[in-house]
Amino acid sequence: MLNNFLFVGFPYVALALAIVVSILRFTWRPFSYSSLSSQFLESENLFWGSGLWHWGILWVLSGHLFAFFLPEAIIAWNARPLRLYLLEITGLSMALLALVGVVALIIRRFADRRVKVVTSTLDLVLLAVLLFQVASGIDVAIRFRWGSSWFSTNAAPYLWSLVKLAPRPEFIVPLPWMVKVHFLSGFTVILLLPFTRLVHFLVVPVFYYWRRPQVVIWNRKGLR
Amino acid sequence: MDIRSQVAMVFHLDKCIGCHTCSIACKNVWTDRKGADYMWWNNVETKPGTGYPTQWENQEEYKGGWVVKDGKLQLRLTAKGKFLQKIFHQPSMPTMDEYYEPWTYRYEDLFTGPEQDDQPTAIPISKVTGEYIDIEAGPNWDDDLGGSTLYARNDVNLSALSEEQRLQLLSIETLVMFYLPRICNHCANPACVAACPSGALYKRGEDGIVLVNQKVCRGWRYCVSACPYKKVFYNWSTGKSEKCLLCYPRVETGQAPACFHSCVGRIRYMGVLLYDADKIQAAGLRPDAELVTAHRDLLADPNDPAVIESARRNGVSEQTLQAARKSPVYQFVKAWGLALAPHPEYRTFPSLFYVPALGPVTYSMENGVALNPTSVDEIFAPLDQARLPMAYLANLFGAGQEAPVRYAMKKMLAIRTWKRAQTVGDVDMKLALAGLREADCDPVQAEAIYRITSLCTFEERFVIPPSHREQAVEVLTNPLERKGASGFGFREAPQRGM
Repeated sequence: MLNNFLFVGFPYVALALAIVVSILRFTWRPFSYSSLSSQFLESENLFWGSGLWHWGILWVLSGHLFAFFLPEAIIAWNARPLRLYLLEITGLSMALLALVGVVALIIRRFADRRVKVVTSTLDLVLLAVLLFQVASGIDVAIRFRWGSSWFSTNAAPYLWSLVKLAPRPEFIVPLPWMVKVHFLSGFTVILLLPFTRLVHFLVVPVFYYWRRPQVVIWNRKGLR
Repeated sequence: MDIRSQVAMVFHLDKCIGCHTCSIACKNVWTDRKGADYMWWNNVETKPGTGYPTQWENQEEYKGGWVVKDGKLQLRLTAKGKFLQKIFHQPSMPTMDEYYEPWTYRYEDLFTGPEQDDQPTAIPISKVTGEYIDIEAGPNWDDDLGGSTLYARNDVNLSALSEEQRLQLLSIETLVMFYLPRICNHCANPACVAACPSGALYKRGEDGIVLVNQKVCRGWRYCVSACPYKKVFYNWSTGKSEKCLLCYPRVETGQAPACFHSCVGRIRYMGVLLYDADKIQAAGLRPDAELVTAHRDLLADPNDPAVIESARRNGVSEQTLQAARKSPVYQFVKAWGLALAPHPEYRTFPSLFYVPALGPVTYSMENGVALNPTSVDEIFAPLDQARLPMAYLANLFGAGQEAPVRYAMKKMLAIRTWKRAQTVGDVDMKLALAGLREADCDPVQAEAIYRITSLCTFEERFVIPPSHREQAVEVLTNPLERKGASGFGFREAPQRGM
């Protein structure tokens, strides 16, 4: 029962809210979509915090997504120990970068008098959850080897079962509790996504690469 | 040919008295808000000086504007391929410390302070944190400090001067200064627009005003870095960029913007320029030495039938075309060659032009009459003896080229001399006329320049065609949609985040 709530109910609630609220917020409160950068108030520590965090988490997240979409490829890759070690070490070092980054960001939130002013409770909640997510991930990666392999055999099928609307929590229920906590805080991040500044992740400006450099808007119809 | 219309501006620096009335008018209308409190969409700088934000002209550090690289025009900030790498942190973006931390005073202390031997004082408090602040600098703390070792000596434009010339500028007997009022240039090739990853910044087709769509801006801050004039500002409270909007609600109805309207020295002119958008790219690729000419070549003759036809095809209204023919800006910039864009080497092609300051008259006089003048040079100091070296102005207005600045200054000097011959009579009229000819001017042109410089009425300074936006909007939306509403724009408190 509890497992059903935590690993079936909660993920669906989080995902549904993430999708619905993000769209509603984008349509009705477009002004609220912003990265809410505080670089203008404090730049030096942000360079380290934001840089390490974003580059680290981007690689870690891509790794998770890759294993989610192509679990067989990961398993095939891991067949040779050397390649397995390479993958695990890369993932772990990226996660450590992200950890250092998010810790630096949290310290900065409290240490700088100006940044403190623009820090909301939800900002802190989000940072705390992200810190926990990265820390628990690192703990799991170190204690329960090898994550990349069992992610492909257990986590990926579980996540796909959620996507296919035929949830099979039994894939992850037998896993150690720390792993399960990592799942839960991951869904918490998704839950927080539409309500916090994390929405900037949804509007990453990739279209920049395709548009013409100058934007000219005419009021009259029929003109560019 | 792709002729577009642009509301353009001329600031006559010889008339600017540095009173900051423009800045205050703008501040009171637009930026007296939390997060915008440090912004001065209009500011007045003392030159030589470091300006606001400090040393904004130092593009080695701030990476604003365009450069020609591999035969292509590209943002100095970064190549397009490496663009998004800087999204997590903008290495060249100025922080609040480069502007100033806004402050107020705790006035209530004057009333609520405890009874004591000393008078209570209102201590300065930061408008960001609300705590006590030790004020280090303000937006115009270089004001009038012409010879300052802190401000004047660090002016980026002094790079072309010899050490001797620099020392001269700092010495109390020979120091010199003038004012440089600055607003957004509403460039023809805006770097801020090209740099915005979200496409939030745009140039309006009808009048060329550059705006930030507040609903699309995501606070990536590229515009702040890319604008070489540092006239896009980051609102630290709402997490959005903001900039001078040329008081478009006023311009649309044919009124001058607040800073223009309130200008005490009447230094500001506004009019329509027609320009050929097809030529912008090619003009941007020209070498520094040709940029002033290339910019003037962009501007199209409003009396040329081919230009008029192309403009009509683009939907430029007859009223706007009419205004373009009477535009004081066209006269100053193209017909007379008196007004120059600031830092053409940034290659953004500003729509704001400056008539350089001629500076003080230095010849010795007695009872207001010059002593036995035998040549024009003896009435007014010759240009090369001006306290402000031509090389300095060339760095500011000529992309390092002295010729266009010299041309403008020489003409203004000749007109002054000629007018003196007319009104005071202590200059030989023949010499004055010869001076005019030498400066590529004639009495008719000189009279016109004299009139619009000295006697200009409101209507002569501001030739702004109403844009009939109401008609344009009618096609797209129900004109009664906002009936009973608060005005233009969307009605949502500009709150931070969700």
